[in-house]
Amino acid sequence: MRATVENVINGPVYADVPKPAFVPGPAGTHITIRGLTKYFAGWPLYENFDLDIPKQKIVSVFGPNGCGKSTLINMIAGLIPIDSGEILFDGKSLEDTKIGYVFQNYREAMFPWMRTIDNIAYPLKLEGRSKAEVDRRMEELVASFDVKFDLKRYPYELSGGQQQTASIMRALAPNPEVLFLDEPFSALDFEMTLFIREKLQEVFMKTGTTMLLVSHDLEEAVYLADQVLLLTKRPTRVAEILDYRDQRPRTLETLSSASFVAMKKLSLEIFQREVRR
Amino acid sequence: MSTPSSAAPWSPPAANAAASAPPRESHWVKALPFIGPVVLFIVWDLVVRFGLIKAILLPMPGATLQTLLSGLAGGALLGDFAVTVWRTLQAFLIAAVVGVPLGVLLGSNERAYRSVEFLIDFFRSTPSSALIPLFLMIFGVSDVNKVAIAAFGALLIVVFNSAYGVMNARKQRVMAAKVMGASRWQIFRDVLVWESLQPTFVGLRSAVSMALVIVIVAEMFIGSDSGLGHRIINSQQVMNVKDMYASIIAAGALGYALNILFLVAERRIVHWSGR
Repeated sequence: MRATVENVINGPVYADVPKPAFVPGPAGTHITIRGLTKYFAGWPLYENFDLDIPKQKIVSVFGPNGCGKSTLINMIAGLIPIDSGEILFDGKSLEDTKIGYVFQNYREAMFPWMRTIDNIAYPLKLEGRSKAEVDRRMEELVASFDVKFDLKRYPYELSGGQQQTASIMRALAPNPEVLFLDEPFSALDFEMTLFIREKLQEVFMKTGTTMLLVSHDLEEAVYLADQVLLLTKRPTRVAEILDYRDQRPRTLETLSSASFVAMKKLSLEIFQREVRR
Repeated sequence: MSTPSSAAPWSPPAANAAASAPPRESHWVKALPFIGPVVLFIVWDLVVRFGLIKAILLPMPGATLQTLLSGLAGGALLGDFAVTVWRTLQAFLIAAVVGVPLGVLLGSNERAYRSVEFLIDFFRSTPSSALIPLFLMIFGVSDVNKVAIAAFGALLIVVFNSAYGVMNARKQRVMAAKVMGASRWQIFRDVLVWESLQPTFVGLRSAVSMALVIVIVAEMFIGSDSGLGHRIINSQQVMNVKDMYASIIAAGALGYALNILFLVAERRIVHWSGR
């Protein structure tokens, strides 16, 4: 065979290094990231970064300061352009994928010129759904979130926790395939954090929506996670992926269970190893 | 350390604080804004009464106010007042109708704005009154001229503020719309236009003040036979000081009223501003 190839006259000349073949992730992979490269101010933040994110799981992203946790999920969600690489959702591109995103700063994520209920319905209206469909979905959402506050109010008339609840409802309204959460609790008080954490778990158990959660609080990160994704300092690589298999619903008792404590301890050890490296 | 009362379940700090009487705002606090004008009035009265300024240059305040009120209650002053209001509104409307869409469009295309930025900044910094002779050449001594130059000055302010309103739109709101799958046009319609509303109102408010200033100046110096500016300069030349001061106060009241009107409108329409 080799001889034949060499005998071809004026055969094609490959000047470029051929693109590495796309290697799909293991079964059950939802988001496949291959060769992701992102430079910031001339320095590599991500270089040839590969990652498989499983379907119908909650993955918590945790890592040292400045390693680009939020940048990672923002690149996956298409909010920050990537320099090169490929990100596929079940083999589809982002354009063909419905996603939801919850920002840390709910104040600047909601539209204060719309009533809260219209904010939540906004992604449904973008999809061009009929009024009846929108109303039906809104009723569903209100029931499943057990909303106690008046959705006819404007977002700025609500408390921080209520605003973040509303913005999670908005993200979930169109039944997204993936839900991104960028430090959703860090602007909330403890009471509200507990409430929203439970709501998220409830929604996840009901719908199985794949979730990507960035957190700077290790307890929070582990508590909700099926997988804890630990990142290194920049240039960022995967330090370790830990599976956390405790039963759902997890409760306040989970926080003191041996498996939870062990998982948290292990994560912390890896984290510290990476910080000191 | 206080002993924790373990019996009662935890509950958020109740609204006990609110139950105690809210701090009373005494009446004189509400009267504070009136102190300035009243003091001015008294000083004005004393200065004239004791002859520190001759009554031929400064009339008594009471007499001036009387001239103002009788003038506005159907006297000749009312006609000039109405003419000035009408010209200012015309100029303002032209500036708003042209300026807001133009500013929003320029703002949503930053390259387009950068290419005209110098012109806008230059003419915005040029005193519009310096352009009066130029406008005289174009429009002649006419009513159109006064409205045109006022509209020009006001327009630049509106364009500038609306454009920056769009350019300074909260990035995260734009991203939120984008991540929900909004198209560029939908982001423009549902986010950028709304984000620019508050700065646009700031622009409109400055623009109406600017329009009034230029209209008054134009009425003074571009051969005019009506309007507050005309009335002020006319009564000054015949030393009818009572009428002159009444006209000045009328012009001031007009400017103040327009400002308040826009503030109220802004608070109504841009209800989320500052929250």
